[in-house]
Amino acid sequence: MKKLEQLYRQIIMDHYKNPRNKGLKDDEDYQSEHIKNPSCGDDITIQTKVEDGIVTDIRHEGSGCSICCSSASVLSELLKGKTVEEAEHIAENYLLMLMDKDYDESIDFEDAVAYQGVKQFPARIKCATIAFKAFQNTLK
Amino acid sequence: MKPLNLKKDFPVFNEGPLVYLDTAASSLTPTRVIEAMDTYYKTMPVNVHRGVYQMSYNATRKYEDARENIANFINADFEEIVFTRGASSALNMIARIYEPFIDETDEIIVSEIEHHSHLLPWQQVARRTGAKLVYVPLTKAGRITVDNFKKVLNENTKIVALTAVSNVLGYKTPLEEIIDLTHQSGAIISIDAAQGVPHEVVDVKKLDCDFLAFSGHKMLGPTGVGVLYGKKALLDTLEPLEYGGDMVDYAYKENATWKDAPYKFETGTPPIAEVIGLSEAINYLRSIGMDRVKAHESMLQTYALEALDKLEGVTIYNPTSETGIIAFNIDDVHPHDAVTFFDEDHIALRAGHHCAQLVMAFLNVPATLRASFYIYNTKDDVDAFVKSLKEARNFFTSVGF
Ligand SMILES: Cc1ncc(COP(=O)(O)O)c(C=O)c1O
Repeated sequence: MKKLEQLYRQIIMDHYKNPRNKGLKDDEDYQSEHIKNPSCGDDITIQTKVEDGIVTDIRHEGSGCSICCSSASVLSELLKGKTVEEAEHIAENYLLMLMDKDYDESIDFEDAVAYQGVKQFPARIKCATIAFKAFQNTLK
Repeated sequence: MKPLNLKKDFPVFNEGPLVYLDTAASSLTPTRVIEAMDTYYKTMPVNVHRGVYQMSYNATRKYEDARENIANFINADFEEIVFTRGASSALNMIARIYEPFIDETDEIIVSEIEHHSHLLPWQQVARRTGAKLVYVPLTKAGRITVDNFKKVLNENTKIVALTAVSNVLGYKTPLEEIIDLTHQSGAIISIDAAQGVPHEVVDVKKLDCDFLAFSGHKMLGPTGVGVLYGKKALLDTLEPLEYGGDMVDYAYKENATWKDAPYKFETGTPPIAEVIGLSEAINYLRSIGMDRVKAHESMLQTYALEALDKLEGVTIYNPTSETGIIAFNIDDVHPHDAVTFFDEDHIALRAGHHCAQLVMAFLNVPATLRASFYIYNTKDDVDAFVKSLKEARNFFTSVGF
């Protein structure tokens, strides 16, 4: 059970139990994207506010497993304050990292690096990606 | 009765450790089913109903003998067995071929414990025709009862669409009385027996049901084949759903005539190897005996529930189920987190909504875990499952869930 223990180590549990930036804003300046994974019931909404090319706020709300919910919280901390280009670049490379493809290793993924561990559980990779995919769509 | 010990008949067990508790999604495949399909591909891999040469005749014989065998298994007549891609496809076909008889004055009875494949086809018929979709009130536990059924049955009821066994809660629907009442009020009934036929004797004559559907892959057969049973007199009055080769009798420039049932409902090249495989699966089940199949599952279910009953921090949603399906959750742990733990122990369980989102809404949970038993499972499997469940609960508590 070592693999699982590593996966659920502090970062994921911390963000799962104490999510940051949780709760949606009723504000037209936010772009919302709702993604559902009906096969497992994960259901995440990400909201992004962009001002002058900077992602000034990210909110999230939803229900799902610990990987899915915590990754939305991690994402909000990781990408808030970045320029749109930086945020897009980081999100894209996070997804590449999880899909075991070549990615920009110079990026500091901060807490999101914990999700590399999900690669050992292929059936769960989707859980770790839907928040980032929803985020990407908010920038479109 | 000696417990069954059949793992040797299922080659997937040679691949490594496996405690397979997801038969309600799909069963495993015994060697003899694989070999029966192999034999078709090796010795007569040609189309049916077309060639006049010997090999095609042999394939056609095999295919139609399989139909006879499958008909016998549920005590149907040969002409009453239509092959489809699976239960979903059969249930959709039933709704579509019966739709022309439904209008806005009619009511369609369904239940919240239907699989999406039995609910959505009728929901859409109701939307298209303006008929009223009526849900049988469930008991607190989530059961369909005769008393509750009577509350919704009335002279406007045109069709009743109910499951034989819930694929999440494992409850059996009291079909005999419900079918009787349905007919007394002049309606007809469609039964989703995807979780029924694999596990006990189903006799369509005794039941007197109008339509019934099931899948091959939940009863040791291959994927890609299912059965639509329809009463002959009923099938004869219904129009085909799909047109093309094999179902046509005479084709003219402006019109065409159809073959008789079941052929008018089977256009195109059918899943020949799969039908032959399903027939062999039935031979295998017969060699064990459906009564023994049922007794074995029931023994495992009782054994598992006794152990689970003692566990704290685990919620069982269907402790009174009469079939080998256990729906449960580890308290405060999302089933997708839990299922990964079991997976690490080579225990295959289902986590999710099981294609029954209304059941999840009824239970007021986003998803559940589900363990389901079949003939290849043993008490050792149950022990491994219970042990892993205890460890899972302790693990998730320890990391802070
Ligand atoms: C009760 C019930 N009905 C229908 C189906 C659909 O069967 P299939 O996926 O083989 O079409 C299933 C299986 O998923 C089921 O459990």
